[in-house]
Amino acid sequence: MLHIIRELKRRGILAINKRNGDYTLKHNPRRLYPLVDDKLRTKQLALENGISVPELYGVIEVEAQVRQLPEILANRADFVIKPAHGSGGEGILVIASRSNGKFRKPDGTIISSDELHHHIFNTVSGLYSLGGQPDKAIIEYRVRFDPVFESISYLGVPDIRIIVFLGVPVMSMVRLPTRMSDGKANLHQGAIGAGIDMATGATISAVVGNDITTEHPDTGKSVVGVSIPGWDHLLELATRCYEMTGLGYQGVDIVLDKDKGPLILELNARPGLNIQIANKAGLLTRLDLVERHRPSLSTLSDRIAFAKENF
Amino acid sequence: MTEGNELNRAHLYILAGILIAIGLLIFAYKARVVGFPIGHETESHAWKVEARLRFIATGHPVKASLLIPTQSKRYPILDETFVSGNYGIVTTADQANRKAVWSVRDDIGKRTLYYQATIGMQQNAPDEAPRPQKKQAAKAPDFSGTTLEAAEALMKEVKKRSADAGSLVLQLIKFLNRTPPDQNVKLLLGLKPSSKKKVRVAVYLLNHAGVPARMVTGIRLNGGPHDFTRKTEAMNWLEFHDGKRWVSFDVVGGKSPVPPNWFRWCVGSGSPATVEGAEHLRLVFSVRPLVEEALTAAVGRMEVSHPFFLKFSLFSLPVSTQAVYRVLLLVPVGAFLLVLMRNLVGMKTFGTFMPVLIALAFRETGLFKGILIFVMLVALGLAVRFWLERLKLLLVPRLAAVLIVVVGLMTALSIFSKALGGHTGLSVALFPMVILTMTIERMSILVEERGFGEALISGVGSIICAALAYLVMNIKQLEHLVFVFPELLLVLLGMTLILGRYTGYRLMDLYRFRALAKG
Repeated sequence: MLHIIRELKRRGILAINKRNGDYTLKHNPRRLYPLVDDKLRTKQLALENGISVPELYGVIEVEAQVRQLPEILANRADFVIKPAHGSGGEGILVIASRSNGKFRKPDGTIISSDELHHHIFNTVSGLYSLGGQPDKAIIEYRVRFDPVFESISYLGVPDIRIIVFLGVPVMSMVRLPTRMSDGKANLHQGAIGAGIDMATGATISAVVGNDITTEHPDTGKSVVGVSIPGWDHLLELATRCYEMTGLGYQGVDIVLDKDKGPLILELNARPGLNIQIANKAGLLTRLDLVERHRPSLSTLSDRIAFAKENF
Repeated sequence: MTEGNELNRAHLYILAGILIAIGLLIFAYKARVVGFPIGHETESHAWKVEARLRFIATGHPVKASLLIPTQSKRYPILDETFVSGNYGIVTTADQANRKAVWSVRDDIGKRTLYYQATIGMQQNAPDEAPRPQKKQAAKAPDFSGTTLEAAEALMKEVKKRSADAGSLVLQLIKFLNRTPPDQNVKLLLGLKPSSKKKVRVAVYLLNHAGVPARMVTGIRLNGGPHDFTRKTEAMNWLEFHDGKRWVSFDVVGGKSPVPPNWFRWCVGSGSPATVEGAEHLRLVFSVRPLVEEALTAAVGRMEVSHPFFLKFSLFSLPVSTQAVYRVLLLVPVGAFLLVLMRNLVGMKTFGTFMPVLIALAFRETGLFKGILIFVMLVALGLAVRFWLERLKLLLVPRLAAVLIVVVGLMTALSIFSKALGGHTGLSVALFPMVILTMTIERMSILVEERGFGEALISGVGSIICAALAYLVMNIKQLEHLVFVFPELLLVLLGMTLILGRYTGYRLMDLYRFRALAKG
């Protein structure tokens, strides 16, 4: 056991106590949390700052507003319903198409409009929100993901997570949905996490669960060595989120839309730690490095260059 | 790390250090100077002993006498009472024994007289026996004819193998206990000798051989604090004088001295109780340990020595309130355990302090029954919850519905368990139902979103934490400590503050990141 501790220390693995105690508690002032915990506010903030996000179709804040759903949806065939205060991808309902008043999910299951309403009711009454307080249901644009990931993801939308510390992107991974994760991009549900080389934007290693892998279990295609298009633009987008929210330690989730380019999906003030497993690298060494050099990195491009050079 | 961080850390450690120091100082002062007992039943055991004298008076003057204990340093008599009815009572003392004599001019019918005493016990104090004249041998042993011959032959044999009084007694007892018995021993003891007979014969033989010896009648101060067996048999053992002091000797066991909890009631070969003018005399001894005596005695002393301390302690509260605090003060202990389990081990539980509350409920039901009830309630509640899911209820009404079902289930469980002969009936109600409802709700959501496995991990984690919290909170010594020394909460607070800045790995992190530790 001691040698595990020593080895984890040596590799600079950041664990939950230290993340909470030395990073999120210290660098993320409590008053800034609502900016990222409420996805609606994040969206507005991003629009004000000229950062692209999935288009907002409408918001349902109280149960009775469900009646407005047909107006909100107009004749849009596909859309996403998500809780404004959700976490960990919970409560996100993706509708891929509609017919005869029924809704079809990407995996082919059909749900009735009653079931859709029930999902919205649950969301509004706070089922998916932290602490169970009443919530809002956001209805927004369903991302049509870039074909770069087509062969290495199952159903859902792959997203790219970039950890930004004091305005410096430090680590990144792409999360690829699998059959096991039910098309969700959540690592603990069985999605693949692939670490990304910060300099080139190419995937370098991948894990599913806690096991290292090289190919997608459902498609059989290699998940290593995939280059993410427009990587520099992605880095810039993520880095700008630091100025936007003021959070010192945050996770930026980005999706690649084939028409609209990279879109900020959400920001996270307590980003998970599994990104280290996907990258086979510890965060702590990188965070220490950033903390030491931060005073000399004034401009945005300085910080990105620093990240590309060091990580 | 930055300077501010170091400063914060120093600040925290100083604060925690001060809290712990204050807590320990008050604790030490109260324990050492004021005299609150640290152990929940320390060496100052006490027993309530009782001798009950029953007889049927025959209509004549009645005079009943009972030999009663003489106090020694090891066994101080803290309190004694005589229950006499209309009898007059006189106590007298000779060199060996104290004696209570009840008498009445005339009486008829069943009578019961009591002698009750609270006996303290100082484990380490020497057990000095009452000191009659050394030569109690004045009373001639009633040996004659063949028994005299047998006695003399036996003692000759014994003397051959011994050097002093001690070894003489040891050899004699060996002879008496030998199976099959020696011819002489058989003659002296008879076929199936009682231990009393053995002691009596040994005393006679020793006195005959010129070693001062006497029979002791006593009782065993028995049992743990929860052993309330009351009746106890009188026992007999032997004491001989080795030239300097009286030494006790267990004739049946062949050991010397007798165990420290053998309490000498009286000495002498006669019966401890006699009665004139009545018949059917019966003497019954009973003994009961006084559990709280250590604490009560300390509090009693403090009323005189440190009234100020007592006024500002929990002992100034009404007893029923004290009982609440006995439990309440254990909650921080449970919470601290949860800090350990979650931040050091990395256990997953439903709700932060839910396991502590469940553990409190376990205190009423017992661990295994408690876990059984908990699992049953959650399982049944989950089943109902999944059924409600199909009705598509809104959140708050759905929670209320589950709560109603949980309360209903608890009621049903109580009634059934009562009907089936258990008496867990009432205590089930102490299960925190709101906590149970929230547990069911969270678990069902977790089942739906993350699968049954994930939910089971948290569920089992909660039960393990609750069971651990129960086991810790059920340590009587701990309960005593936090109740008598609530300042120890400051120590707990200090340690919690320090753990609040523990940023090292949790045990579960080692498992989670094990792929990265392989190098």
